[in-house]
Amino acid sequence: MLTLGRACLILALAVSVYGVGASLYGARKGNRAWVASGRRAVYAVAGSLLVAFAVLEAAFLRSDFSFELVAGHSSTTTPLFYRFTAMWSSQEGSLLLWATLLGLWSSLILFLTRNKLREVAPYAAAVLLGFAAFFVSLMVFLETPFARTLGALPAEGVGLNPLLRHPSMMIHPPMLYSGYTLFTIPFAFAIGALVTRRLGAEWIRSTRPFTLAAWLFLGIGVLLGSRWSYTELGWGGYWAWDPVENASLMPWLTGTAFLHSVMLQEKRGMLKVWNVSLVLATGVLAILGTFLVRSGILDSIHAFGASTLGVPFLVLIGVLVAGSVALVVSRSRDLRSEHRLDSVFSRESAFLLNNLVLVGICFVVFWGTFFPLISEAVSGSKASVGPPWFNRYITPLALILVLLSGIGPAIAWRRATLANLRRTMLGPALFAVVVLVALLVGAGVTDKPLALAMFVFAAFVTGTVFQELWRGVKARRAMSDDSVPMAVVSLIRRNRRRYGGYIVHLGIALLFTGIAASSAFQQARDVDLRPGQSARIGSYVVTYVKPTGEVVAASNGRLERIDLGAVLKVSRDGEALATMRSRRSFFPSQAPEFGPISRFFEGEATSEVALDAGVREDVWTVVSPDVRGLLPSVKEGDRVFAAAREGGKLSRAEMDVLLVQALRGLAASYASDPPAATFRLIVSPLVTWIWLGAIVVFLGGLTALWPAPSGATRRVSAAYAARVARELGRA
Amino acid sequence: MLVLAAAVVYVVSAPLRGGRSGRLEAEETAEHAELTAARDAKYSEIRDAELDFRTGKLSRADWKAQDQALRAEAIAILRRLDTLEGREDGGGRPLS
Repeated sequence: MLTLGRACLILALAVSVYGVGASLYGARKGNRAWVASGRRAVYAVAGSLLVAFAVLEAAFLRSDFSFELVAGHSSTTTPLFYRFTAMWSSQEGSLLLWATLLGLWSSLILFLTRNKLREVAPYAAAVLLGFAAFFVSLMVFLETPFARTLGALPAEGVGLNPLLRHPSMMIHPPMLYSGYTLFTIPFAFAIGALVTRRLGAEWIRSTRPFTLAAWLFLGIGVLLGSRWSYTELGWGGYWAWDPVENASLMPWLTGTAFLHSVMLQEKRGMLKVWNVSLVLATGVLAILGTFLVRSGILDSIHAFGASTLGVPFLVLIGVLVAGSVALVVSRSRDLRSEHRLDSVFSRESAFLLNNLVLVGICFVVFWGTFFPLISEAVSGSKASVGPPWFNRYITPLALILVLLSGIGPAIAWRRATLANLRRTMLGPALFAVVVLVALLVGAGVTDKPLALAMFVFAAFVTGTVFQELWRGVKARRAMSDDSVPMAVVSLIRRNRRRYGGYIVHLGIALLFTGIAASSAFQQARDVDLRPGQSARIGSYVVTYVKPTGEVVAASNGRLERIDLGAVLKVSRDGEALATMRSRRSFFPSQAPEFGPISRFFEGEATSEVALDAGVREDVWTVVSPDVRGLLPSVKEGDRVFAAAREGGKLSRAEMDVLLVQALRGLAASYASDPPAATFRLIVSPLVTWIWLGAIVVFLGGLTALWPAPSGATRRVSAAYAARVARELGRA
Repeated sequence: MLVLAAAVVYVVSAPLRGGRSGRLEAEETAEHAELTAARDAKYSEIRDAELDFRTGKLSRADWKAQDQALRAEAIAILRRLDTLEGREDGGGRPLS
């Protein structure tokens, strides 16, 4: 099976290279046969990679330790659920996932455009096959997922990194990689459009669903990563401006800018240079994000460590940047705008400002992420840039962005008069003022002006969106006899892009409200408590009720970990609110130098957070048990087991039974006589609004992405065509 | 594995063997596709302008002015499409 996997990669590489040549030759000569052959090469690459993917997944699922990757990242005690996803916890497996997703999306777009974009599509196919060839060649020559385990096959694998045993981590990488690979689609078609000088709206229309899907998937991936950080990592936060977090955010920011500004090109033929530059930058940033994770060039909790992939990626990025700049400059005449801005007071202006803000945020993130590297290159010492630096520059930009999210929907295309603006913005502005007064008077929010501004702007956005919905429903009902619910459905159905976008803006308002509240008003403290003792945080009293200790076995009976934890009670004003359980899980190291008991305290350890989430605020806590008191027993246990093993009087099965008893005794002794444990206690307002806002953003994106019913489109198009045709007759 | 490789070669080379000859469509078809996309975008603009009026973002006078301009732009696109289709149908008068 290893041979089959390797062979599939070699086949995929060969077909990719052939496909690049066939597509380019067919495009240059105008020969349909070669173009079709190049397109089929894309399908064949996707098929080969799918087979390779299936071979590797099967190996993980059956715990085939002849695969070095399986032995190094999975084990028989890893739950089936996580064995399936362990593949992409590794460098090599994630490269295979990336390439497979690229193959699938490339096949889909080229299938959908097989009868259109006939000049552009072959060049796009060549670019996509070029990406495929690059990633597959990394796997063939440098980091193969199909390496054989050297020496004797181990009885047990190393296991999945316990930090990654979380549902979000199952989905986070496929979502991120789907986003990255989907962004290569508009990138490739932009290259094709530039090469062929076919710079009208057709390539944008054909690739728009993929651009929107990329934005959606990448956004989901980013949010899942935040959720994992908040519920798994034990520091109590959801975003740390970590380099790999930033790497996924940057293409999402420029992708968001592109989704807005491309509307100006579709409607008015404006911003052509800006749009192609944005989409090319987004594609490059997607590759850059992949590079940051692969090379380990920046310190991060996520990075796979320094590898051999840094130089090839740098070369690819260099080629992409140089090629993109050269193409845009050489086609500058074809990219001239067809129209100018009619008015500063217009949706076009709002979109332009929105773009500048989004790109500005991206620049800040980029600079802060790469500054340590640049500093090291220039001065020899690595400076670090932390959250305070990012927050200082991004917070005001985020405020402007949220405000524009409210202004955009309320302003007309082309030209809005002051009277129009008054009519559309007065209501939402009044609502925002009411919220402001309520927060100042009722909630006493006066000492956090930036957070207050965010709440007020978010209220303005909410007012705008609901006003737009209401007015649209009224207009719909005036033209039909629909009931209110039917009018809502009909309105959104007929204007999916517009109202899908409004729903996204509403989600963004909720999300930023949650971020502002949880950042500005969070209360946190670290305390040492013994059982029975309490600590106060905010208006809550947290009482350490009792310790817990447990030995956990996997479904196949093998020992998986030791859990040492705590049960806590949360109350407010004497009323019990919740019982919370937190624990620290100790997974055994596989290194041979550790004894059978001590290896449990020399391997990976993860924290299970206790979270009482509410709409108003979250109470979050995590325990760090003090295991120093157990170490003498651990040492003694290792000595006893070593002696028993040397004596040879006990069988392997008997040793295993005694080991379980010893570990259970250790856990029980901790639970019966625990030392003080350290607890981090956090109360964060409105964190739930972040996740709710993300769901609303997702629903809005899905609405915008959903294809319009073709019958309705035809009827509407035909009606307008008839009207315009009548006008033509009178002209 | 050999079977897979053979299948790939067979599938990928099929257009070269299968007599799918002929050149890619002439420039006019690409122009037709671009004009069709531009027409659809213009119709979308016309609808958006009406929705802007009905949701209070445009006064009636502003909407009428915009609508007139947009329809004129749509007419221009339709004229170009008609000319192209007339040319693609072998010449003669543009289709009405």
